[in-house]
Amino acid sequence: MVIDSLKFLFYLLIFPGFLFVTVFGLIVDWVDRKVTARVQFRQGPPLLQNFYDVFKLLGKEVILIKDSPYFLFIIAPIIAFATVLMSSTLVGAAFFWEMGIGGDLLFIVYLMAIYSVAMIIGASSTGNIYSSIGASREMKMVLSDDLAFILVLLVPIIQSGYKINFHQIIGFQETNGMIIGSASGIIAFIIGIICIQAKMGLRPFDIAEAETEIVEGTLMEYSGPLLALWKLCHFMMYVFLPMLLVILFWGGFHFTSFGSIIGGIGKYLLIVVVMILIRNTNPRVRIDSALKFFWRYASPLAFIAVILAILGV
Amino acid sequence: MSLYTKILTKSLWVFHVSVSPCNNCDIEILDLITPAYDIERFGIKLVGSVRHADVLLCTGVVNHKVAPRLRQLYEQAAKPIFVVGIGTCTVGGATFKKSYNRAGAPLDKIIPVDAFIPGCPPKPEAMIDGLVKLIGTLT
Repeated sequence: MVIDSLKFLFYLLIFPGFLFVTVFGLIVDWVDRKVTARVQFRQGPPLLQNFYDVFKLLGKEVILIKDSPYFLFIIAPIIAFATVLMSSTLVGAAFFWEMGIGGDLLFIVYLMAIYSVAMIIGASSTGNIYSSIGASREMKMVLSDDLAFILVLLVPIIQSGYKINFHQIIGFQETNGMIIGSASGIIAFIIGIICIQAKMGLRPFDIAEAETEIVEGTLMEYSGPLLALWKLCHFMMYVFLPMLLVILFWGGFHFTSFGSIIGGIGKYLLIVVVMILIRNTNPRVRIDSALKFFWRYASPLAFIAVILAILGV
Repeated sequence: MSLYTKILTKSLWVFHVSVSPCNNCDIEILDLITPAYDIERFGIKLVGSVRHADVLLCTGVVNHKVAPRLRQLYEQAAKPIFVVGIGTCTVGGATFKKSYNRAGAPLDKIIPVDAFIPGCPPKPEAMIDGLVKLIGTLT
């Protein structure tokens, strides 16, 4: 019993959890900044730049707004960090060891919703105009991308015979071939990448955090350790959302042979690089065009993928 | 020199405050973040919100209207914060030396300043040099 709880603590705090995901996320975000720099013919920051940034933020002053409900302001990044930590532990455990609790996918969907709600609460508690604009845009982004994201998640569930556990989906793909190989799988995978872009707030959909327009909107009033928590959430999402796609569509990751380890990491890095390139080659869209894109094109396409999956294509 | 200061100098996020400039220095600051000079190599990043900033880059001769706002902005920033005056205006007023509307020149009549980078406008190379010297004074 004690051994079991220690094991779960180890999962949460060290290997697929906190320590691994934060360190790996900081490095992946460095890859993002470096590739961005190379795309723009720049040199780019050094390898440990994100570590320096987060360490520096941890030592800065936190400024609270006197006339605001600052309890919400403080609690929002902590809730967001906890949800992101939980979902990355869940996805990481499934990715590396094919473990999981019952109903992983439903859990992930709800945790992602809580993350967005925490961001909305934190931003709107400040009373800053730009933060409020950011919060309202975040709300609209949740409305626009959640439907498509859930429909995308439905495709592997239906294809694997209505299983919602990660290890069952991976097991199904081992025997029946990868889900990305089917017509419904490839459509859902492409829409999935776009949805992840929107979930993380990367370039074509960084509407809520538009740096040049509403000065990082939702994060504008945050400073010091609380800002560091938000940044860490962002880096951790860089780790677990592409992993989620690899698990659901691309057969996961196996420790069986050297080739499969390299293959698993290669699939993950390929998705990350595709995301970075999308981020660097697209301008930011307006909120109404993002809404229109998701409701008029992405969601119906994902719905078609679901129907194809039900038909068994 | 403490470990914290050492790390802080490797990730200075700068915030651009224009306190009644003639816009020349501002354009040179924008030059600083273009691919040609690429200050992200040194971990320097231009941020939009003063809450995230470590360095305030102030340009221009401070007039009576913006002086209280500059002080307010300095108080709003999360400490530790450093201030760099860009351009000759912040040092001595340059062309606007005899202007009736000049509240603070040098800039440190209003807020404490850590470094001045004179020039009208200073070249991006001069600004990089000034920021390196600021790091030198910190460590």
